[in-house]
Amino acid sequence: MKEQAAMRKQDINWRNKLINPVLNKEFKLRMRTPRAMWTLFFYLFAIGLMALSAIYLTEINSGGGQSFNPEESKVLFYFLSMAQLGLIAFMAPGLTAGVISGEREKQTLNLLLTTQQSSATIVLSKLVSSLSFMVLIVVSTIPVYSMMFLYGGISPSQLILVFLFYLFIMFVLGSFGILFSSLFKRTMISVIVTYGVTLFIFGGTALLFFVVVNMVEQNPYSNTASYSWVGHFIAWNPVAALYSILDPSISEQAFTVNMGSPSTKHAPMALWQEFMIIYTVLSVIALWVGIRSLRPRLKL
Amino acid sequence: MSKNSEIEIINVDLQQNTDGETKEAADREVPMIEIKQLRKVFGSFQALKSIDLTIPKGTVFGFVGPNGAGKSTTMSILATLMMPTSGYAKVDGFDVTLHPQEVRKRIGYMPDFFGVYDQFKTVEYLHFYGASYGIPKAEREELIPQLLELVNLSDKKDAYVDTLSRGMKQRLCLARCLVHDPELLILDEPASGLDPRARIEMREILRELKAMGKTIIISSHILPELAEMVDEIGVIEHGEMIAIGNVADIQNKLRVKRFLHVRLRDREEEAEAFLRDRPYVNRILRDERGIQIHFGGQDAEQSELLHDMVSAGFQLISFSEAQTNLEDVFLEITKGGEGIE
Repeated sequence: MKEQAAMRKQDINWRNKLINPVLNKEFKLRMRTPRAMWTLFFYLFAIGLMALSAIYLTEINSGGGQSFNPEESKVLFYFLSMAQLGLIAFMAPGLTAGVISGEREKQTLNLLLTTQQSSATIVLSKLVSSLSFMVLIVVSTIPVYSMMFLYGGISPSQLILVFLFYLFIMFVLGSFGILFSSLFKRTMISVIVTYGVTLFIFGGTALLFFVVVNMVEQNPYSNTASYSWVGHFIAWNPVAALYSILDPSISEQAFTVNMGSPSTKHAPMALWQEFMIIYTVLSVIALWVGIRSLRPRLKL
Repeated sequence: MSKNSEIEIINVDLQQNTDGETKEAADREVPMIEIKQLRKVFGSFQALKSIDLTIPKGTVFGFVGPNGAGKSTTMSILATLMMPTSGYAKVDGFDVTLHPQEVRKRIGYMPDFFGVYDQFKTVEYLHFYGASYGIPKAEREELIPQLLELVNLSDKKDAYVDTLSRGMKQRLCLARCLVHDPELLILDEPASGLDPRARIEMREILRELKAMGKTIIISSHILPELAEMVDEIGVIEHGEMIAIGNVADIQNKLRVKRFLHVRLRDREEEAEAFLRDRPYVNRILRDERGIQIHFGGQDAEQSELLHDMVSAGFQLISFSEAQTNLEDVFLEITKGGEGIE
């Protein structure tokens, strides 16, 4: 018995690193529900509908000619990229905000917490499994994008960068979702708070930026185009960050007030880079707090 | 800090004993559960008020008390799912707050309410928990059929968990508790909501576990049925242990004298009112089976009561003295404890 236990211990160490039971369980159970199929179906349906509508409208507006203008295909690509970002913002909180509180409500969490799995393993496995499902969905939209490639105008490297950005935003929203799922006992509250935070990240930061820009421009002493710190506000916004990947000049514009003449100083870095730095820090903090609050701790 | 060093001393002691026999003796000295002045406060509500409890290895301990008395809270603390407000709880010498991982290795916990992953098959369910306890696959392949055999679920091994009946799910959960061969089983109402047949099956399994030498702490409504296998019972009320000991001791302590069972043809309500004013009648319970009286008197008083009831014109079908057993003690305690002196 003792020898078995010793053997078991040795096995645990390397096995747990390669094959994590919680992750295995999450993968299996997620794909066994019809919900996974329907999520995929409606997502593809929505993005397909948007793409076809956009193509149709562009066609009509360009006079219905036989040729397709690469500039227009670029606009379509921008549109589709933004639409996809919107869909991810809609999907990520829904897929992650219930992963822990859901187990708590189904009364399976206590059983999981009395096993040898660490809090970090449980939380991170749930994040990775949700992210994997989202990646599957986003990757499945590539055929829709390929329509744009038929007409040209977009470079593959741009496409790859956009998809990496999606991965990052899914990680960010997923981390917040999991944090609230761990903090709040009820899924309903966790979902509402996560969507609230998502709304703030998308809408609130933009609003804040425009308010601050206007306040700075109201200043009677600065009426020439100049570098301003206001750009740091819009760096919190994922739409602006994605746009700065598609059109790098936006980063310069964000840091310039009273546009019209060239600014003297350049933007410190591209908006999407600053965005990534800010949200990497926030997501790591969110995950850390989420892990800490999963199990009861001694109050020292 | 002092708790830490205490644990270290125990561990060192165990290592130094090279002689198998002495080691066993030392092993026995460390109680499986040691709870000292354990308190748990939720806001202004005191769930536990200074609980002390020591359970030696190999003991089957029955935890009795009305709903909300603090049984589940104590068990949750032992299962590392809740932090005590003050005091400490140790499992096999390991403090539940300082060494939760060590404690988790040693316990199999079955909560009063639990859920299952419906999309898993029975075998997959056990494989998942086995893996979560770090048991290698090859070992699990051997172990899981044995566990399913123990809980009589071998024929359901490929069934989806959501198709199992409640009793089967309870047994599956018990098998899950055993997957890592824990020394201590913490079973919170393992038979709640089960039909009589399922309760009997659960009891048989527990008997086997006892024979395997497991330490078991069990809170249950089937405790009366477990009377012969429980070594000790502890009675908890309003967050305080009011009695600990074997069944006979507890009965004495609670001064339950005798239980009279009366069946009438009619006028039960009137009879209840009549009895209420009689001397030596401590408590009256009326249900579909008749009237139960907790009676404090001896034979003479009992015969007098019978005489008076007949004289008062009540048509008795039966008037009998019931055997006092653990169930009565349990009823006595869980129905509000008016009879406890």
